[in-house]
Order: sequence, then structure tokens, then C-alpha cells
Amino acid sequence: MLSVNVQLQRGDFTLDARFDAPTPGVTALFGRSGCGKTSLINVIAGLTADGAGKVCLDDECWLDTPADIRRRAEQRHVGYVFQDARLFPHYSVRGNLEYGARRVKGTVTAGLFDDVVALLGLSALLARRPGGLSGGEKQRVALGRALLSQPRLLLLDEPLSSLDAARREEVLPYLERLRDHFAIPMVYVSHQFDEILRLATHVVVMDAGRVTATGELGSVSRSSALQAIVGADAMGAVIDGRVTSVDAASGLAEVAIGQGLLRVPAGSLSPGQDLRVQLLARDLILAVTEPHGLSVRNQLRGVVRGIASSGGNDLVEVECAGVTLLSRVTGAATRELELTIGTPVWVLVKAVSVSGLAH
Amino acid sequence: MGNLTDFMNLGEAEISALKLSLAVAARSVAMSLVPAICIAWLLTRRRFPGRTLFDAMVHLPLVLPPVVVGYLLLLLLGTRGPLGGFLDRHFGVQLVFTTLGAAIATAVMSFPLMVRSMRIALENVDRGLEDAARTLGAGPWDRFVTVTLPLMMPGVLAGAVTAFAAGLGEFGAVITFVSNIPGETRTLPLALYTALQTPDGNATAARLAMLSLGLGLAGLLIAEVLARGLRRWLGR
Repeated sequence: MLSVNVQLQRGDFTLDARFDAPTPGVTALFGRSGCGKTSLINVIAGLTADGAGKVCLDDECWLDTPADIRRRAEQRHVGYVFQDARLFPHYSVRGNLEYGARRVKGTVTAGLFDDVVALLGLSALLARRPGGLSGGEKQRVALGRALLSQPRLLLLDEPLSSLDAARREEVLPYLERLRDHFAIPMVYVSHQFDEILRLATHVVVMDAGRVTATGELGSVSRSSALQAIVGADAMGAVIDGRVTSVDAASGLAEVAIGQGLLRVPAGSLSPGQDLRVQLLARDLILAVTEPHGLSVRNQLRGVVRGIASSGGNDLVEVECAGVTLLSRVTGAATRELELTIGTPVWVLVKAVSVSGLAH
Repeated sequence: MGNLTDFMNLGEAEISALKLSLAVAARSVAMSLVPAICIAWLLTRRRFPGRTLFDAMVHLPLVLPPVVVGYLLLLLLGTRGPLGGFLDRHFGVQLVFTTLGAAIATAVMSFPLMVRSMRIALENVDRGLEDAARTLGAGPWDRFVTVTLPLMMPGVLAGAVTAFAAGLGEFGAVITFVSNIPGETRTLPLALYTALQTPDGNATAARLAMLSLGLGLAGLLIAEVLARGLRRWLGR
């Protein structure tokens, strides 16, 4: 477990963040620009000279000010992928990759170099200088360099934010591969929720230097702390499911979520595949009586578990088939349907509104 | 045409002065390079009490009349001076009237120039790269040698060549500290000065002046070419 409890003062800005994150796994630090995400991971990495509190990975503490422990950054074995790659311009790509690998104390995993080079597709770049690489290539080299230092924890500070959309799509699959291939705990800083949807298992939401929500992606996806940052339109329950069948004739696939089934566009899905879906709250319709004769492909029975009002609209939490969904309805609708906690409802989800992310 | 060969035909004394100038300048650069890098590092990277005063002291030779610097060196390093006496008694090293003494006077005079180039070089090094090296397990000395110093190299070389070129022509501090001894301390500018004091020395003085001009120009050009080449090597 990565356990963080950190305080840092920078002029008017106060960072006071605490969270525990399971390891291995990808923990996303999510928040607006300037909310203290980078400051926080710099404290975790030891790049910030001050900063009080505790940073412990499993039974090893890198920072523990009450016990007067402040391990130097170079002794923490933390891999850090910076926003701007920060490759050494005077070394070749190979030299950059080997820089950290050479400084690993103790056993060096045999074959790791070839493994990382193959995984990140770097073999054609090895002899080149970083100056001539594209942004996406630079970030892949930076990832490889960090991995080859055999870190106990990998910190990624918005590694995709300096790339355009096409380059992001080019690098994201590499990040997914690396997550699945190595059991290195990762902390992924981002202000793009779609990256978090693709990569994270655990989310820490930050706002103005504080942690406002923390937990598994599914539960954080329904939190008001998240809504404060992404806005009501982008809110939606995130659910991990598995494709059970694909019907080529109807063009629909069935995805098991909890004990229920969700029909989604088949696309390129194949049976047995893990799929993460986000059901946007604004796309979900609630009915208090069983509806008939609708085009909607998904009609799930559930019970209202919570109602949160904001700005004339209500965000209704509905538990169906073992998962919790979010639906956004107007306050007027809530009153008319007499929705309260415990009301049985039908949740209607258009198949085409569901976008799945291979996971 | 005959006049030109005649003109450029350097006498033995002039060649000796040229060689001596090169030797003095080379030694002065050799002895001030490492201290200049250290002091530049201290001044750019460390905050300590008395830093401003220290900075001013380093820059003093730039504003003091060279004669004053030579005189202070004489007081400090002369055979009766506290440091010079110590060196003489314990190591038999005499600096006054020697080439080594001339190199020291030159080094002191060009030191601010050197520190200035090193500071600019150091300020141009992206500290983010040093942080990256830290996370990859490099300790302070390791980082300096593998990241900071190579990235400083264009500035270091430019500073060294400029100091070398300036050192070829140091006059006031040298003549005050180590006097004007042929073959020992009579460098180009001192030889030029001597020629001007001699009847019929005008042609010699002109030749030496041309030589100094050529050397200075060559030095500055070499510094620029080296810096460019290094920057390319660094991929910038």
C-alpha cells in the first residue's frame, strides 16, 4: 500500500493531502491545473526539499518527519516520467535508457532491457539523439528510462499533456501495456478524465491542495467531489464488466455488469473481453412504472439509493443488479415521480449512448 | 614585398615573448578553470551568508586598476609576504620574477571573466534534467559529472578560450608583480612596452601589436566555433 500524508506550504498555497492507495495498481491523481498534484508527487519522489508528513510504500518510509526520516530522492527508487520527458540531450536514446539501469543497486533483472525496448517499440530509436525525436517518441523513451531503473513506484506527471490528440492515442496503448506487463505500482497525474478511465484502478481527486475524494474508480466516478471538477455533464458511473456474447446480426454485444446485462454496440468487441463502460448520468432515463414499446435496448430494474441536488437538477443514484448507476433528472421530475430513497425504478439506457473502453 | 617579409620576420626576442605569452596564458587558464567552475556553482546554486560580498570580491579584479592587483599580489605572495614567505621557506617556491608568478597574476586578472562565463553556462543548464538524474539514482557528484558539466561545456570552453586570449595580453598586474625579465616574465605586451621605450623600436612594436591583434581575434573565433560545435553535439 502507498500511504501518503503530506503537508507543504508555498506562499499562499497550502498542500495538505492524505490518501492510501492499493499496490500494485494505477492510482490516478486527478484535479484541475494548479491544485497541487505535481507538488504532491514531487514530495513523494523527494524532489522537494521541504514538505512534512509521511510517505510510505508498504513497510518502507521515505518521508516520516515525526521520526526524522527524509530519504534522498536518489535513494527512493522511484521512477518519474515528467510532463516534458527530460531526456538527456547529450546521450543517445540507448544512453538515456541505460542511465538509470546502470545505477540500480543489487540484482539487475536479466533481459529487462530487451523486454522494455520491445514493449515500448524503441529498437529503431536506440542510436538516435533525443533532439530529433517526436513528442510521443520522447515520452516512450522517458517511460523506458524510468522502467529500467527498476523502480518500486512509478510516478507519471501528465505524461501525455504535451502531446496532441493523435500522439496521445499513440502513447496510451503503451501505458496500458506497461500497466498490464509490470506489477509496478503507478501514480498517474492527470487533468484529463478520459486518460484516467483508460488507465486507473484507484482515483484520488484533489482540489485546492486537498484530497476531496479517494477510492476505487467506480465509487469516485459517482462522487460530488468529482462533479465539482468535471461538471454535471461529464458525470457518469464507471463500471467494469465483461463481454459475454456478441451478436453480429443485431450489431449488439452483451456485457455482464454486476448480476445484470447491458447491451452495447458490438464494434470490435469479442466475447470474454474485459470492458470498462461509463454511463453518462445525462443519458440515463428513469421510470417509476415498467415502460413498454420503447426503442431503448437496456431496461434495468433498480432502487433509488441517493439523491443529490445541485443547480435545479438532481443526481440520482440507482442500485441495479449489484452495480450503482447515476442518472441526472430535473428537480421537477424528482418531485413529480415522487423519487425518494427506496423508490423502485426502471433505468433506461440507449445502447448507442454507451461507450466502452477495452480494459 | 621585401618589406613585408622583413616586417613579419620575427626576431628571437619576439618569438620568446610570443611563446612566453602562450605559456603564461595556458597556465593561468589551467589553474583557474576548476576554481572558477566551483565558485560559479557556489554563486548560482547556493545561498549562504556573505554571498553578495563574496561575489563582489570575485569581481574586484575587473574594476581595480591592474597595477593595484599586481601590488596586492606582491604584498601577499612576495618573498616577504605572508603566503609568499611560507611557500619560499617550506617549498622553495618563488613567485616573484618567475613565469609561474606571471601566470598567477594573469589568472587573478582573468578570473572574473572566467567565473562569469561559467555562471552563464550553469544558469543555462535545465535543472529539470538534474532532477531526472536524481530519480534515476544519481547522487550529487554523479549528477554533476554526467549531466551538469557536459551540458555546461559550451560555456566552459568559451570561457576558457576567452580567458586565454585575454591572458595573452595581461600587462599591469604582471609587470607590477613579476617585473619585466626577458625569457621569464616578458610576455607580448611587456615586450611591446619595452620596444616602445627603445630608440628605433617602432617596427618591433608594430609587429608585436599586429601579432597580439591576430591572436586575440583567433581566440575569439575559436571560442565561437567550439561553442557552436558543442551545442550541435548537445543537440540544441
